[in-house]
Amino acid sequence: MIKQLLFQGLFFFSAVLTLFGSTQEDEVYVIQGARIHTLVGPAIENGTIVIKDGRISDVGKNLLVPPGGQVIDADGLDIYPGLFDSVTQLGLTEVGAVAATVDTTELGQFNPQLKAITAVHPASELIPVARANGITHVVAAPGGSGRRGPSFGIPGQASLYHLSGWTVEEMVIAPAIGMMVEWPTRDTTVFDPTTFRRRKRPFREVKKEYEERIQELKDWLLAARHYAQVQEKGEASRIEQDDKLDALARVVSGELPVLIRADDADAIREAVHLATEHGLRMILAGGVEAYKVKELLAEKEIPVILGPTQTLPSEEDAPYDSNYSNAGELHAAGVKVAFATFGASNSRTLPFEAGHAVGYGLPKEEGLRAITVNPAEILGMDSELGTIQEGKVANLIVTNGDPLEILTEVKHLFIKGKPVDLTNKHLELYERYRSRPLPTK
Amino acid sequence: MSKKALATLVVFLGFSGVGVGAADEMVIRNTTILTITKGTFTNGSILIRDGKIAEVGTSVSVPFGADVLEAKDLIVMPGIVDAHSHIASESTNEGTVAVSSMVGIRDVLDPDDINIYRELAGGVTTSNILHGSANPIGGLNTIIKHRWGADADGLLLEGAPPGIKFALGENPKRSRGNRRGVPRRYPMTRMGVMDVVRQAFNDAREYQRDWKDYEKRKVRGENGLVEPRRDLKLEPLVEVLEGKRLVHAHCYRADEILQLLRLAEENGFKIATLQHVLEGYKVADEIAAHGAGASTFSDWWAYKVEAFDAIPYNAALMSQRGVLVSINSDSSEEARHLNQEAAKAVKWGGVTGEEALAMITINPAKQLHIDDRVGSIEVGKDADLAIFDRHPLSVYAVVQKTIVDGKVLFDIEKDRAMREARQKEKEALIRKLEREQEKRPRKQRRFNSSGGGDT
Repeated sequence: MIKQLLFQGLFFFSAVLTLFGSTQEDEVYVIQGARIHTLVGPAIENGTIVIKDGRISDVGKNLLVPPGGQVIDADGLDIYPGLFDSVTQLGLTEVGAVAATVDTTELGQFNPQLKAITAVHPASELIPVARANGITHVVAAPGGSGRRGPSFGIPGQASLYHLSGWTVEEMVIAPAIGMMVEWPTRDTTVFDPTTFRRRKRPFREVKKEYEERIQELKDWLLAARHYAQVQEKGEASRIEQDDKLDALARVVSGELPVLIRADDADAIREAVHLATEHGLRMILAGGVEAYKVKELLAEKEIPVILGPTQTLPSEEDAPYDSNYSNAGELHAAGVKVAFATFGASNSRTLPFEAGHAVGYGLPKEEGLRAITVNPAEILGMDSELGTIQEGKVANLIVTNGDPLEILTEVKHLFIKGKPVDLTNKHLELYERYRSRPLPTK
Repeated sequence: MSKKALATLVVFLGFSGVGVGAADEMVIRNTTILTITKGTFTNGSILIRDGKIAEVGTSVSVPFGADVLEAKDLIVMPGIVDAHSHIASESTNEGTVAVSSMVGIRDVLDPDDINIYRELAGGVTTSNILHGSANPIGGLNTIIKHRWGADADGLLLEGAPPGIKFALGENPKRSRGNRRGVPRRYPMTRMGVMDVVRQAFNDAREYQRDWKDYEKRKVRGENGLVEPRRDLKLEPLVEVLEGKRLVHAHCYRADEILQLLRLAEENGFKIATLQHVLEGYKVADEIAAHGAGASTFSDWWAYKVEAFDAIPYNAALMSQRGVLVSINSDSSEEARHLNQEAAKAVKWGGVTGEEALAMITINPAKQLHIDDRVGSIEVGKDADLAIFDRHPLSVYAVVQKTIVDGKVLFDIEKDRAMREARQKEKEALIRKLEREQEKRPRKQRRFNSSGGGDT
């Protein structure tokens, strides 16, 4: 224990040195002695990782340690790629109930020009908490919160960023990783904020509204296509600069993927048809009933970023474990899946959402891939992130075992090739109150 | 018939077969038994007789005619006890008044709530169904067993001591305060919350005096006595003063926790459980000295200001300072994996695996004063068991069977086998309904593509 503390202390000291010291170009770290789970082949026992200038420069056995490198002894531990929470509100919200701290959703239903990264608060207390359980990079997505579900519209563009850095500029990986679209619902029960109750609406009314909303979405896509055509023909001077259409033009051209948030089977089906019709690069986000349309998703090669596994079935008479086995069924049908928390304060539970799905039929290896390399592939970032390979960004976690298990601890964490201190608000409060003396009279 | 009613019927038809026809005697054999209070048996057996645990150990013989469940490679633990639940009830809050001790969950129990079954599939066998947190003094709670298929009365855990919900902090403050079109209600501040509770007990003591006085005079044989008028709001509070009713108090901030403990002490009663108690770790010594139990979430935080100092080390820290701690769900999803929530107390704060499992079994049972019936695998207790395919602290552990009163009420194989039949049955019923609709004139149809039925 003391040895461990001492080691952690030294480690912390070196981390502080790293943060405050001059950022030399040739910063080199060597992690030795661990079992390395590269996710591109069998695990390397007693392997070495060399990190240079923020990237993995070498992985393997019996590597030569470059001179001047800082050596981290990880004897008996495991190394995995850093965990990737691929749809969150991290940085966009601090205390859910306090509007002043929430920057998730703008007014108006169509805001494709907005980017989440604009509002990401780099000093959020939630970030170090997520990090302490192995989350190294996340997608922050504008739009509805998980609890009451998404509303309808285009809330803006999602941004990918590292969970460490002094400024957002140091943290950002991709300011625009995908366009969020919240698919309209045909639920006849709606939450009424004035009475705080759920209210029934006539199906006729809901259906009409649904159809109008789909038409509205199509109109936007069409407008963006025209806008893009005019630009392409070099007639840009003939039209006014329109940031909304500019952003959507990247979507209709297939350059920017669209993350369509939909949960029920019919909605997913219709979203897939719209995406196919308009040539969009669709990623399904949420997907509570995705298992019901797995063949269609597989056929159209549409990947799914699943919401939390630990969710009740959407229907009273659905199998009790429909959401637990959702990922397993999709994977078996050939659909690529990732997990995301869609939240902020609970981002640290990401590996458990994957682990839970493994209990209900997802292969264990795939559970791990679904929170590392799969989301990187789905979002087109796999040349940079997701596996332990030469040339990739060194976002790594060092653990004492399987990271999907709750009991496993994250011992060290690297973001952009630098060791990051695992201290956070929770650990600080714990240490402070653990040493509270007995109450005085 | 509405679509929902149809779905309910299908569910009912589908599940009603489970659990009937259990033998009077059953032996679970060759298994790992986590008794929680009496250690762990590897290769042990449990004899169940008439719904109770009759024998536990490594040398249990199988009586003639007993059902035998071979459970090699499985792990048996006591049925999980959830000290904070809102399932199986038609309503949760009577929020129009600040003191609603005249209402109770027992009047609105819903035995058809599918969550009773879903939670069985997560190993939960006993739940404390609480009133909501809209008022400083809420309604009366009811403790149920997950006897899926029973009627409302059949769910009740016989002989469980009665209780009542209290609530401090943001919920009672804001519950009717800030929404347009909704009349405001005192209290709006933490000052007011404490005032409401204090005033209610002033009233209760006066009411108690009236009755004591009446009883005294009756014993003396006075003539022309008139019985005091019964007050259904104050009666439960008198029971609290007399130690006959347990107080389960929803609270977050350390200061309001201390205020409530002192108020209870002034009035000569104890708080049975502090619910949520997310800042309990800051005043753990005071909670332990008062003797209150603490029933908390494992790792929820930051959803409101009073939850911003919540830490996942809370359960461990309070426990290490001598508080009786349980981990609860307050959600029908969390309830389905309380074993994982318990594991988080090992991860954050380092309690032992056994202590963690105690936090979802014997500890909540003690807090609810039902530990003579449930919470551990001991001779004489109810045969309420959760059988997992691996150690329940593993994220991969899946409940295979759940037993309540000696009856298998959840069986994963049966559940899966029934799915196809249930789906076919549902489709057949819908087709039948559609055919009925076809026969009717268009205007009277309930299900058709132009809609109009579900108003």
